[in-house]
Amino acid sequence: MSETREIVEQCKVLYEDLSLASVKEWKQRTGGRAIGFMPVYAPRELVHAAGMLPVGIMGGGENLEIIKGDAYFQSYICHIPRSTIELGVTGRLDCLDGMLFPAICDVIRNLSGMWQMLFKDKLVRYLDLPQEFTKEIGGTFYKQELQGLVHELEKLGGKKVTPEALRHSIKLFNENRRAIERLYNARAETPENLPTYELYLVMRASNVLPVEEHTALVEKYLAAAARQKRNKLDNARVVVTGAFCEQPPIALIRALEASGCYVVDDDWVLGARYLLGDVAMGEDPLQDLANAYLGDCVETASRYETRLEKGAFLIERVKRYRAEGVVFCAPSFCDPALLERPMLVEALNRANVPHTSFNYAENTSQYHVFKEQTGTFADSIKLWGTA
Amino acid sequence: MIMQKKMIANHFERLSNTDKTGEKAVYTFVPGNLNELIWSFDLLPVHPEINALQSAMRKQSGDYVLEAEKIGHSEDVCTYVKSDIGMMRKGNIGPTGQRLPEPSLLLLSYTGCFTFMKWFELLKQEYKCPVVMLHVPYQADGRITPEMRFYVTKQLKDVVIPKLEEISGKKFDLDRLRTMLASSARSEDDLVHVWNAAKNKPSPIDAYFGGVYYIGPIFTAFRGKPECEEYYKTLRAEVDQRVKDGLGPITPDGKMHKEKYRLVVEGPPNWTSFREFWEMFYAEGAVCVSSTYTRVGGLYEQGFRHDPDHPLESLADYCLGCYTNRNLPSRVDIIAKDIIDFQADGFVVNSIKSCNSFSAGQLLMMKEIEKKTGRSGGFIESDLVDPRYFSAANIKNRLESYFQMLEAKS
Ligand code: SF4
Ligand code: SF4
Repeated sequence: MSETREIVEQCKVLYEDLSLASVKEWKQRTGGRAIGFMPVYAPRELVHAAGMLPVGIMGGGENLEIIKGDAYFQSYICHIPRSTIELGVTGRLDCLDGMLFPAICDVIRNLSGMWQMLFKDKLVRYLDLPQEFTKEIGGTFYKQELQGLVHELEKLGGKKVTPEALRHSIKLFNENRRAIERLYNARAETPENLPTYELYLVMRASNVLPVEEHTALVEKYLAAAARQKRNKLDNARVVVTGAFCEQPPIALIRALEASGCYVVDDDWVLGARYLLGDVAMGEDPLQDLANAYLGDCVETASRYETRLEKGAFLIERVKRYRAEGVVFCAPSFCDPALLERPMLVEALNRANVPHTSFNYAENTSQYHVFKEQTGTFADSIKLWGTA
Repeated sequence: MIMQKKMIANHFERLSNTDKTGEKAVYTFVPGNLNELIWSFDLLPVHPEINALQSAMRKQSGDYVLEAEKIGHSEDVCTYVKSDIGMMRKGNIGPTGQRLPEPSLLLLSYTGCFTFMKWFELLKQEYKCPVVMLHVPYQADGRITPEMRFYVTKQLKDVVIPKLEEISGKKFDLDRLRTMLASSARSEDDLVHVWNAAKNKPSPIDAYFGGVYYIGPIFTAFRGKPECEEYYKTLRAEVDQRVKDGLGPITPDGKMHKEKYRLVVEGPPNWTSFREFWEMFYAEGAVCVSSTYTRVGGLYEQGFRHDPDHPLESLADYCLGCYTNRNLPSRVDIIAKDIIDFQADGFVVNSIKSCNSFSAGQLLMMKEIEKKTGRSGGFIESDLVDPRYFSAANIKNRLESYFQMLEAKS
């Protein structure tokens, strides 16, 4: 087995492990607690500094049979809350001592209330991320939110979260973000050597691995991928956007690549890349984390964009990664992504960037339509430079 | 009804004349609306949700939704947004048949619904006008903390008011705001009196289908104005008289004869077939004695009043307190309490396809309410303004079975 394959297989095991065996094993080994968090962004540094393992929960994907979850949601609500409830009520998330629900949409918000009703003995916290980005107003509020979370974690863990511990955690997550940036840059440089299917699984591993281990994994994969030269295909370079919450099935990602697209940027597992720069490590680490959130972050549908024209961030990414087109790939019934789409389309049209769109559910099993659509898209880009 | 019609007609007349009068329009949302503040700058409030629901009642929303889908909006998203966008694309003709003015400002009071943000981002692209964001935190633990209140008040002071000053060219007039808030509080007293009248048997009002008319002035452009106060004084007197006379609610077919079932309703109504929908209830003798939809613009029965002595703090509390800004356990408690207080036989959830804010989690809420009250819930599905999702036969069937079950239980 090749080196990369070995790493990817290891990540695949983690990805497919819906009962979080690796988290249980970590808890046993360290005696620590584990805190789940939903997409998109949660300040994992706080959880880490409390001596706990932050665990990203991104639904059940294509491998989970929904037996109970459908009874909790109407058919016109996206899939991720029902699979997450399924994971919860079937005991697969029992090893989590708490769950964080970041403010991203009404579904995740209401899911936090459902969790409060269903799992009364667990820590359940809705994380209200500010939509006002000045230090004095949104910053003050957010710092209080962070402080509140710290108190709850301290209560749960029975141990103080010190500024030193926080700075140490910030340092580790900064390193992780930098490693991930190198990973994404390397893929954009030589997409043939870092297939997105592989990169995606490496990214998904960040949901369950301790941050130090994940950083090491990324570095190891990067080194292995650089050694293993693969053939370069005449594919179209595309940015994928719209999939920041409910994730597409792996087979769909593979179908997208097989149809003739090199994905050179995406918004999967976006929380790990949400902050664009390093978090400072000053006297007041909570303030530093708050400042990082207020400052340089990705543009995504759940964040009110005040600095730029809608779509400017996406177009900047297209340019930076020399993409030839954009694939909107959003979960069905996802209000944030689908309402964002027409605005981004308009911006791309103005910038003459070709694009195509489709919707999916995390458990979609029919790929040929997507494959045909993205295949045609890739062909038209290659033939005429337009779609 | 006549009073309300007149108020609406005058307001839309004023809106249609802004090019002559130079008055400016501020678009804003119903939940957490800052009506008094907007009026205190002599700006004219416009509520896009109200336009969407009025379009539905006039059977135009179906075309508007299709128009929005034609230009690339997904079938899956909130139809209020699409109806509004479609209406704008087709000339922005408001509910009275007059043209609506373009907004001079979009006041994004981000209360109880994430879609609001996307909605005004979309309108910003269309109108190329300024937007001011008022981020209202969610009551995730079922209470308003001092930090939340401070955050909202600070935004009002430092962001919203300066923007309103800039747009209107007028200085903020605190005394004027106070006068309006005092007026709001008087209307709110009267409205609560009207809601409580439904505790009588028979209930003199239908607090859902009739209720949507009663909330008209206070939830939209008129709260804080003398005509609004007058309206609620008159309504209160009328309802008191009905109680004295032992009368039930008035329906589109006239007097309601026998009150057979008393219900609490969760969720907005369907607007495209509103009368047909209502008839499915009153024809069976079902009266809605309380509803959550009539709380989206304020939960006054729990004691909140706009307060002239704490103007900005009370505006903040108002925004924070709207029904959909409460966490699910609080929503369960509100409904369960109403079922008991209003001696309801049961409750009905009208689950709206468009509205994740209301709908996500309703099935679990039902179970919890049933557990708490021992009363069974009925479940129906429809949409606000998209006629494609109103299946009359299906809804009627479900309601009939539900009423039969209540009958069997009684
Ligand atoms: S997929 Fe979209 S609508 Fe569903 S929970 Fe995620 S962000 Fe919300
Ligand atoms: S999602 Fe619901 S609350 Fe939000 S705009 Fe649509 S109908 Fe209104």
